[in-house]
Amino acid sequence: MRQHLPQPSAGDIQPLIDRHLAQEGPLLPILHSVQDAFGHVPEAAVPMIAEALNITAAEVHGVLSFYHDFRDVPAGHHVVKICRAEACQAMGGAALADAALARAGVAWHGTSANGAVTIEPVYCLGLCACGPAAMVDDRLVGRMDAAQIDAILTEAGA
Amino acid sequence: MKIYVPLDSAAKALGADEVAEAIRAAARSCDMDVQVVRNGSRGMVWLEPLVEVERDGVRLAYGPVSVADVPAILDGSAETLGPVEDIPFFARQTRLTFARCGVIDPLDLDDYAAHGGLAGLRRALDADPAAIVQDVTDSGLRGRGGAGFPTGIKWKTVHDTPAAQKYIVCNADEGDSGTFADRMIMEGDPFSLIEGMAIAGRAVGATRGYVYLRSEYPVAIAVMNAAIDTARDAGLLGDDVLGSGVAFDMEIRVGAGAYVCGEETSLLNSMEGKRGVVRPKPPLPAIEGFMGRPTVVNNVLSLATVPVIFERGAAHYADFGLGRSKGTIPVQIAGNVKHGGLFETAFGMALGELVNDIAGGTATGRPVKAVQVGGPLGAYFVPDEFDTPFGYEEFDGAGGLIGHAGVVVFDDSTDMAQMARLAMEFCAVESCGKCTPCRIGAVRGVETIDRIVAGDAAAAGLLSDLCETMTDGSLCALGGFTPYPVMSALRHFPDDFGLHREAAE
Repeated sequence: MRQHLPQPSAGDIQPLIDRHLAQEGPLLPILHSVQDAFGHVPEAAVPMIAEALNITAAEVHGVLSFYHDFRDVPAGHHVVKICRAEACQAMGGAALADAALARAGVAWHGTSANGAVTIEPVYCLGLCACGPAAMVDDRLVGRMDAAQIDAILTEAGA
Repeated sequence: MKIYVPLDSAAKALGADEVAEAIRAAARSCDMDVQVVRNGSRGMVWLEPLVEVERDGVRLAYGPVSVADVPAILDGSAETLGPVEDIPFFARQTRLTFARCGVIDPLDLDDYAAHGGLAGLRRALDADPAAIVQDVTDSGLRGRGGAGFPTGIKWKTVHDTPAAQKYIVCNADEGDSGTFADRMIMEGDPFSLIEGMAIAGRAVGATRGYVYLRSEYPVAIAVMNAAIDTARDAGLLGDDVLGSGVAFDMEIRVGAGAYVCGEETSLLNSMEGKRGVVRPKPPLPAIEGFMGRPTVVNNVLSLATVPVIFERGAAHYADFGLGRSKGTIPVQIAGNVKHGGLFETAFGMALGELVNDIAGGTATGRPVKAVQVGGPLGAYFVPDEFDTPFGYEEFDGAGGLIGHAGVVVFDDSTDMAQMARLAMEFCAVESCGKCTPCRIGAVRGVETIDRIVAGDAAAAGLLSDLCETMTDGSLCALGGFTPYPVMSALRHFPDDFGLHREAAE
């Protein structure tokens, strides 16, 4: 169910920018607000942000592309982040991640063909004493096993 | 009846929300008077969700609890682990920084004050700023983020640098695998961080504070934001902190998934709305930090420890510890471990005692192969080195670092060549790109490890050279410390790389 929503209009985007202009160093808060609202940072937002902050569009793009969190296209309907860091690997996280990727038929950062699930790596959720760990949209999962990740992907529609 | 169910991320990840809801529903259906308190975690993660039932002033522990256990807990027929503070893992700790974590309702300011909260700030507000800085110096507190720099000296630099605006920035970008103490204290005792930052502000003359909090911690973000709102409403933050006439206010800034932003100069660039690339030092952030102004950048634990230093006195804190590592260190025991969690203790405990005795060895029951101390940039230690005492200088002397005091345990099924490869791969993914040894070196490091594993033994010398270049030539700890795990894995486990021991050395 990849979302084919219409591109947000300037009128939708501008208030999300204006809300942060009084903050010191407002660019990250703006990008977070825009992404929270639309699931990604649409191309149309880049020149508007540049204009508001009196920086170049290239600078906005530079920041947007630096951080792993920000996306310029929408993700799948659900985002599953699987921890790849050492503590989860010590509990068999790598094999679990491989199984999940195979089950969804994607590589890291990929979205399943039906648009239901995007699987991304995350380096540490702070659940290191109850790994392997994952985050399914906003829900945290600890002590994950093969059956659980399978159920998560099934529920998400992968 | 009061029942405590943690709101901590680890507890939630193991079903605490469902358990809390089941308790409320069951109590409603049988008309019991039950008050559910969402506390922080006691840090015994293997028992999470750890539910506590208060009976006659004693908090009895149950765990790990599932929804199915709820009726038996309510009718008293479930088997308890006993009073929570008598559980050996908990009873053996010295809790100063984490004294309130898991005990109080994290968002109840009265509960916080009833457990010693705000006493330190009130003392600091009456004191001369220079005297506050001196107290922090006397306490021996060192940066808990990893570098171990004396906190008092950093504060003194900011205090002595005149400026119209100064800042307190809390580094809550806890990205190291195996560490979760910052998250736990922000979720379980957020007012201690707020109080610590207010004291820091008073000490150095800063009126604005920021917490740069990683986006991977949604629960901590929510709890901290709620706590800041409560603190502002109660006059703990604002133009007139606790009626003293001193101004201090703060806000949360959410990171965006870049590990390198845990490095303080990258963090400042990120907060200013730039790419999170490292700045060369000097200038020190204490002189030209956020927005080019004098800035204290301290880790969560450093700042959250400040209130107890002022509540009980610098000498009380400095009495704990070993050599120049004074006070307590919240050790996080993680990975393949039987009893994982947070263990706060005075500096000086041997690594082996933590791993084998406190944590009970591996979860799988297999022998310990290696433990990584200090996050993804920390060295692997083998059981032969388990007598190393937990202290900054002691770990440095053993060719490692304590970093943020995360201890990740691996059993004998682990392929250490793959762990070394992961360290290089992680560095390649997370490098900010500013300096060549890190940006290019990490990519070449992955390739070189692959060559060694494929049978090219001569490439081992190349890997050593590459690591030396990264250590000496990188601007920050990401490129500079990635060689720690790589070289320690190669040194201890040449067989895993397909090498004979002589070839690796």
